[in-house]
Amino acid sequence: MGSVLGKVLRVNLTTGVIAAEELSAELSKSFIGGRGLGGKMLTNEIAAGIDALSEENKLFFITGPLTGTSAPTGGRYMVVTKSPLNNVIASSNSGGFWGAELKFAGYDMLIVEGKAATPVYINIKDGDVEIKAADHVWGKNTNETTDMLLSEVGDHKARVANIGTAGEQLSRIACIMNDRWRAAGRSGVGAVMGSKNLKAVVVRGSGKVEAADVDKFKEHVKAAMGKIKENGVTGQGLPAYGTAVLINIINEAGILPTNNFQEGVFPHADEISGETLAEKYLKKKDPCYRCPIACGRYCEVDGVGSGGPEYETIWAFGSDCGVSDLKAIIKANNACNEIGVDTISAGATIAAAMELYQRGYVKADELAGGPELAWGNAEAVVEWVKRMGDTDGFGKKLAMGSARLTEAYGAPELSMAVKKLELPAYDPRGLMGHGLQYATSNRGGCHVRGYMISPEILGMPEKLDRFSLEGKAEWVRIFQDLTAAIDSSGLCLFTSFALGADDYANLLTAATGVDYTAADVLAAGDRAYNVERLFNMAEGYSAADDTLPKRLLDEPMPAGPTKGHVHPLDQLLPKYYEVRGWDATGVPTADKKKSLGL
Amino acid sequence: MQITVKLFATLRNNRFKIEVHEYPEGSTILQVAEALEIPKEELALTLINGISLEVDNALKDGDTLAIFPPVGGG
Ligand code: SF4
Repeated sequence: MGSVLGKVLRVNLTTGVIAAEELSAELSKSFIGGRGLGGKMLTNEIAAGIDALSEENKLFFITGPLTGTSAPTGGRYMVVTKSPLNNVIASSNSGGFWGAELKFAGYDMLIVEGKAATPVYINIKDGDVEIKAADHVWGKNTNETTDMLLSEVGDHKARVANIGTAGEQLSRIACIMNDRWRAAGRSGVGAVMGSKNLKAVVVRGSGKVEAADVDKFKEHVKAAMGKIKENGVTGQGLPAYGTAVLINIINEAGILPTNNFQEGVFPHADEISGETLAEKYLKKKDPCYRCPIACGRYCEVDGVGSGGPEYETIWAFGSDCGVSDLKAIIKANNACNEIGVDTISAGATIAAAMELYQRGYVKADELAGGPELAWGNAEAVVEWVKRMGDTDGFGKKLAMGSARLTEAYGAPELSMAVKKLELPAYDPRGLMGHGLQYATSNRGGCHVRGYMISPEILGMPEKLDRFSLEGKAEWVRIFQDLTAAIDSSGLCLFTSFALGADDYANLLTAATGVDYTAADVLAAGDRAYNVERLFNMAEGYSAADDTLPKRLLDEPMPAGPTKGHVHPLDQLLPKYYEVRGWDATGVPTADKKKSLGL
Repeated sequence: MQITVKLFATLRNNRFKIEVHEYPEGSTILQVAEALEIPKEELALTLINGISLEVDNALKDGDTLAIFPPVGGG
């Protein structure tokens, strides 16, 4: 039968109807699963123009064919929905164990529709699925909710995905947390859950996910494991220091955004680096399901342990807010996990608020006794994250994200975001390819839609001159397509440091029994990318939205190794549209759509 | 000539974080690494004044050299 189970669990919270349906074999084949399949099904099932927080929106929790198998990192799932942050297609990936457990329960995906009248949670135990009251956990944060629901279902091996108070309050940067510290972080997916009055999904399965060709699959898994172990990044770098090791690297290159992207060098980088984290706070590694890389960290401050922090999080609350106190950053990270907000957007929004304060838009009296929003104020980042779960006041304003916040003060140019999604921890003024990828990412400012840092900084799979424009459009396209395919497969994007398209094709073929070549894998990624583009265009997005914050296009980097550079986006976009098979205005051509079967 | 050498991640073990060292005129990245007993396969990423360069590039007086072993992404 293979690792695609062919089963969709559909739960309608308005009517209370729970149904197990058959998954279209044809769609599953051409879109693989996860992000690609979810994007296609969402497009088919919801009308353009609906309110993302209305009961017409749907929430997909969707795995890939390799989720729940023995393939390395095979624990991933995607949350696919219409984003309440920016109305584009949201697909947020998460690790941990929840996704694999959904497969063990017998489903490739869960689709949640409608809206419950009062708070509920969904409890899945193999074929037994119930909608249960959640009034007693509404208002509780994620760890407490997890504890309470685990004891309520009476099975501590069950897996919980839930929202905190931020999701309940419809924060546009709310995330969905699973297995305590793992997050489907970006695009405000937690608010969609909150809008449906859905507090949590608890899942427990007793089944197994078998490959179609067991022997071949074992062979390919072994080969993939070998490559991951041998590769310097996946075999040594990530296991030893996690993602935080990037702080020093990116700072040395002069592209570590500091004080809301006003600068690219942070003088205190070493104090918040992966090296310092390992020396002072790291307790153990915290890997996801069947992951030999184990980039996940578990740290302790003042006797409180928690997952993380990741590189992005350290940057967002650290250099982006001018903060050099790693302990405070870890506390801010924990607070994000507790109330359920995306750490990148939360930190970057506080950074934007600090710049609003610096320039006199936000006055001290508005802060109602909260800590001063001064650059470097460690107390401010911790306290203001906590207040993002509030029902009113300045904390509530922050919880709407930097785009809405800065607009409210008449200074939208201070939001360092693309399509309202806050940019992550790499200043594109020193990264020509990565900047192009930010501008064209289908969910907005994001680094994991085509991680050009790999060739432009880390030299993998080959070293590219980060300031050169040559070949960058082609590179970005291939990276975006391959990433979309990996996000569809059920594996972690970090495997791509060691594995290539043919490795994924081999694993998918043996697992599903459907023949995939490397070209098919890339085509599926391309298909997913175009489906997302078309979704966004139906929402009114156009080439004009493929842009970067004005600061990064116009203001040269003031100092450091990237001094004097801006991002020349205009010089890259026409070529990018061409290599994508889109017309000069960024619209997929009829031929392109036909070639992808769209 | 004087070179500011910055070491990161595991390369700091039994060495240092940042020091200024004297090297013969025209020394390459590789020669500096050899003097510090860093094996060639550990030179995953080498930056001179923030710009990533291959190990056979020569340094000049006053340069800052940053050396990273194989590291992660994120
Ligand atoms: S590499 Fe990190 S994020 Fe990816 S599956 Fe492993 S532990 Fe999880």
